[in-house]
Amino acid sequence: MQERLKELQTEALEKIAQAADLKELNDIRVSYLGKKGPITEVLKGMGKLTAEERPKMGALANEVRDAISSGIEEKHKQLEAAAVEAKLAGETIDVTLPGRPMKTGHRHPLTNVIEEIEDLFIGMGYTVEEGPEVEKDYYNFEALNLPKGHPARDMQDSFYITEEFLLRTHTSPVQARTMEKHKGKGPVKIICPGKVYRRDNDDATHSHQFMQIEGLVIDENIRMTDLKGTLQVFAKKMFGEDREIRLRPSFFPFTEPSVEMDISCKICSGKGCSVCKKTGWIEILGAGMVHPNVLEMAGFDSKKYTGFAFGMGPERIAMLKYGVDDIRHFYTNDVRFLQQFSIHE
Amino acid sequence: MYVSYKWLQDYVDLTGVSPDELAEKITKSGIEVEGVETLNEGISGVVVGYVLEREKHPDADKLNKCQVDIGAGEPVQIICGAPNVDKGQKVAVATVGAVLPGNFKIKKAKLRGEVSNGMICSLQELGFESKLVAKEYSEGIYVFPEDTEIGTNALDQLFRDDQVLELGLTPNRADCQSMLGVAYEVGAILGREVKLPQTEVKTGTEKAADYIKVTVDAKEDNPLYVAKVIKNVTIKPSPLWMQARLTAAGIRPHNNVVDITNYILIEYGQPLHAFDYDRLGSKEIVVRRAADGEEMLTLDNAKRKLTADHLVITNGQVPVALAGVMGGANSEVQANTTTVLLESAYFTGGTIRKSSKDHGLRSEASSRYEKGVDPHRARPAAERAAQLLAEYAGGEVLEGSVEADHLSVEPAVVSVDINKINRLLGTELSVQQAADILNRLQFSTSVDGGELTVTVPTRRGDITIEEDLIEEVGRLYGYDNLATTLPIGSSTPGHLSDYQKKRRMVRGFLEGAGLYQAVTYSLTSEEKSLQFAMEARTPIKLAMPMSEERSILRLSIIPHLLEVLKYNAARQNDSLAIYETGSVFLSTDEGDLPEEKEHLSAAVTGLWETHPWQGEKKPVDFFVLKGILEGLFSKLGILDSIEFRKLEKEGMHPGRTAEVLLAGISIGFVGQIHPKVEKELDLKETYVFELSLKAILAEEVAPLKYEAIPRYPSITRDIALVVDKTTTAGELSTIIKDAGGKLLKDVNVFDLYEGDRMEPGKKSIAFSLKYFDPERTLTDEDIVKAHDKVLDAVKEKAGAVLRG
Ligand SMILES: [Zn+2]
Repeated sequence: MQERLKELQTEALEKIAQAADLKELNDIRVSYLGKKGPITEVLKGMGKLTAEERPKMGALANEVRDAISSGIEEKHKQLEAAAVEAKLAGETIDVTLPGRPMKTGHRHPLTNVIEEIEDLFIGMGYTVEEGPEVEKDYYNFEALNLPKGHPARDMQDSFYITEEFLLRTHTSPVQARTMEKHKGKGPVKIICPGKVYRRDNDDATHSHQFMQIEGLVIDENIRMTDLKGTLQVFAKKMFGEDREIRLRPSFFPFTEPSVEMDISCKICSGKGCSVCKKTGWIEILGAGMVHPNVLEMAGFDSKKYTGFAFGMGPERIAMLKYGVDDIRHFYTNDVRFLQQFSIHE
Repeated sequence: MYVSYKWLQDYVDLTGVSPDELAEKITKSGIEVEGVETLNEGISGVVVGYVLEREKHPDADKLNKCQVDIGAGEPVQIICGAPNVDKGQKVAVATVGAVLPGNFKIKKAKLRGEVSNGMICSLQELGFESKLVAKEYSEGIYVFPEDTEIGTNALDQLFRDDQVLELGLTPNRADCQSMLGVAYEVGAILGREVKLPQTEVKTGTEKAADYIKVTVDAKEDNPLYVAKVIKNVTIKPSPLWMQARLTAAGIRPHNNVVDITNYILIEYGQPLHAFDYDRLGSKEIVVRRAADGEEMLTLDNAKRKLTADHLVITNGQVPVALAGVMGGANSEVQANTTTVLLESAYFTGGTIRKSSKDHGLRSEASSRYEKGVDPHRARPAAERAAQLLAEYAGGEVLEGSVEADHLSVEPAVVSVDINKINRLLGTELSVQQAADILNRLQFSTSVDGGELTVTVPTRRGDITIEEDLIEEVGRLYGYDNLATTLPIGSSTPGHLSDYQKKRRMVRGFLEGAGLYQAVTYSLTSEEKSLQFAMEARTPIKLAMPMSEERSILRLSIIPHLLEVLKYNAARQNDSLAIYETGSVFLSTDEGDLPEEKEHLSAAVTGLWETHPWQGEKKPVDFFVLKGILEGLFSKLGILDSIEFRKLEKEGMHPGRTAEVLLAGISIGFVGQIHPKVEKELDLKETYVFELSLKAILAEEVAPLKYEAIPRYPSITRDIALVVDKTTTAGELSTIIKDAGGKLLKDVNVFDLYEGDRMEPGKKSIAFSLKYFDPERTLTDEDIVKAHDKVLDAVKEKAGAVLRG
């Protein structure tokens, strides 16, 4: 009897090992462990055994059962795993195929530059002011110390609509309007971006329409050193910490003293190259201390208030920053151009 | 202004300051030096030679065979093609081994069988600009004066061992349109003395006053007129050094008389004019405004029609010069002139500008008058010119000048407090330091406590207020020496306005949706100006456009976006999505500024979605753009107030265009452009929208407030409604929402069927309705009640039948 049980165990385990699928395995379980299975058959002969032998034989039978069912369980897991593997193998994809393209657009490079400058000055306490592109002669010229007959306001240089209205030639009229709104009370701290227009033939370096950003600060104790410090912060943030700045005397009717700001040339590190016309410096913007006539005309007491103003061209900055060689690219909107600015710096 | 470094040394000691260093110093303290040119750069081996023999080349008509003494060894044979070469001339010889501009190396050569050991040079070949070469040498080689030493460096003989600084003058620095003005500036920068020319004129016994009478009628235009008479002049070339200085200053040499007037023009900044006294036609000068319709022949042989705007110099009868601009042909100095009437006058800028502009004549003289000259230089300049005419034209200067003097220009006196200087510059200068700086400019100063009173010479007409003085102090103190500070005082919060913040969000949203931002021109053509406009107004035209294409302010952004699509489509990018935010311009009543409205516009063409290897290609359609707009409106919190209504609009597809309304007010449109327009532009199916950005950004939105997450489940019921084809989903949706009561939370279209299985003229639209009560779980009974109301309403109001 004992041998018969051992035999059954060996036989069953062999069959389990050979089982090819879950169904075969289930058949084995039913045939060996079922109520009508061979082990039950063998145990029917227990009655012939002695009282001593009976529990031993019972224990042995349970051992055999356990061995078979754990064998089945083990095999079941194996077969299941194999089945999953086989299924997944069939689901394999080529992971090197390209993904579903996502539509991506991007901001125009000029907007990039303008927003960068806006954010920089917002961080220094400025607000952003805007104004009309069709302006009154008064705000575009007269309020900025450019009276009628001044050579700098030649009809040839501006797009007039009527004698009195024209397309603004700079964003300075926004400054004049904002100052007027302040009714002679400081502080004023603004930055004015926008489109401006001049009678130029469009070529690689000229455009009849272009962008400008101007800044204006008016308060009781604004000094030229404040202008220099502010421009230095701007230049370093915009063009890199290693850039030097230099102020050169210049002339604008609305500022006195007037200066132009150069930054040291990045390409030659100030040694002189073709980009900086061998000077080591690149002109970036015009600036100065607000002319007392401009303050007075806007209702500020020039004895009490002083201020500084500066203005620059986002096209020029973008051209320097990105190495763009033709201003017309900004207005042609060739997607092969626009795409190049989609990388987030 | 071109400044010769050598010439400048007549007035200021430049020891230890190289031309490049000087340029840098001038740039940093006042005037931008735009370039420094070395006149003899890249030239070597050119000597003065003497042509011993000249004969025709045996085998070439146009060539000459010359034997030239170059001052060393045997004479050399040189083949020369210049028509004016001749025996007995002193010429510039580029010897074998010489280098000419452009790295042109001179080698021994054979020309038609004859050996040539070098080249006889024209001035152009020695680096002179053609327009600066005296007329007699412009077509051939240059010939030196007879007394020039053979074998010497030809460029040194031409005074080309010099550098020229090109100053870019701003309009306020008219004073530096003269060597003396530049000398004052450089003297101040370097802190060195300025030496003025020493003028000493020996005069004859005859008096100028016996030869000429001067009357000025137009006293405002011509406050000072100084006339001198110089007899017995001989017209000949001016000395080489003078020619060289004029050339360096950008002026072509002519003859001694003309050159001397030009020399003084450059030295003093004072325009002079020389008349041939004997051809004047009278013994008087009368300065007056021209009569309307009067005519004169200027010395460029052009007949000028004059008006009362133009100032003329007359002989009492007819004009002999267009004042300050150009002389008349009738009184021009000629080769046989012997008596010169010299004019040195102060004309005011306005009248000269008018003349120069009306006649299209801009001369060295007129541009100086326009920008302003020092009225007090007219006399010394006349004296100096007389001296040079005596010296270099053999002239006899008659005693005295004849003047018409109505001048009342006194030096400006401007006071400034040292505290004001320091307050504006941010410096801590003492009053004495400031005075010292101004004294360097040869301004006289007096100090009283902190108050500085400055007498400004008339040459610096740009200085009128204290800020002008502060600029002088600041720039000569050096902006490099200024500290860097940031404004102190009341702090201001920096921020964008709500509108600006939302506009940035709108841009970000559209870019995230796949649209590129474009920036196009505001000026457009007449044809384009009326296309796609949201409001029909009279287009605003420029008074003087540069071209028809850019003559009118745009009323819509779409035409320019379509142009961008067309441009890109022609370059193999026929699927593209772009947007722009920008102003359109609407005319208003006369006398008011136009209404400027910021619009948001987009144009999308070609494929919208592509997944190439999965074979997916989906062209853009109406619902792509509508979806983008709905997303945007939802982001702006205004979607519930938005309505889309079918619209017929010029240029748009009649069946695929919708008006967009916000709270019942039209704010724009969306749709397909008319296939006819697509064809004209060679575009694939293209959809656009244009909206008033202001309208969607300015709309008040209720502040955000948290709503409890629902604790009870919602229940969804689907219905398919059969309706007439003309009934829109929007209409049905409104009916359902109105009838559903407060339990109905959401209505969505989930199916549309218009196929064969429908009765003709009918379609089926399926809606999904979501019922929900935040307070409790809804019972079947609740829903049936609400749902029945919906069904009744659609049946009654739209004749809708439930689809079986
Ligand atoms: Zn460089």
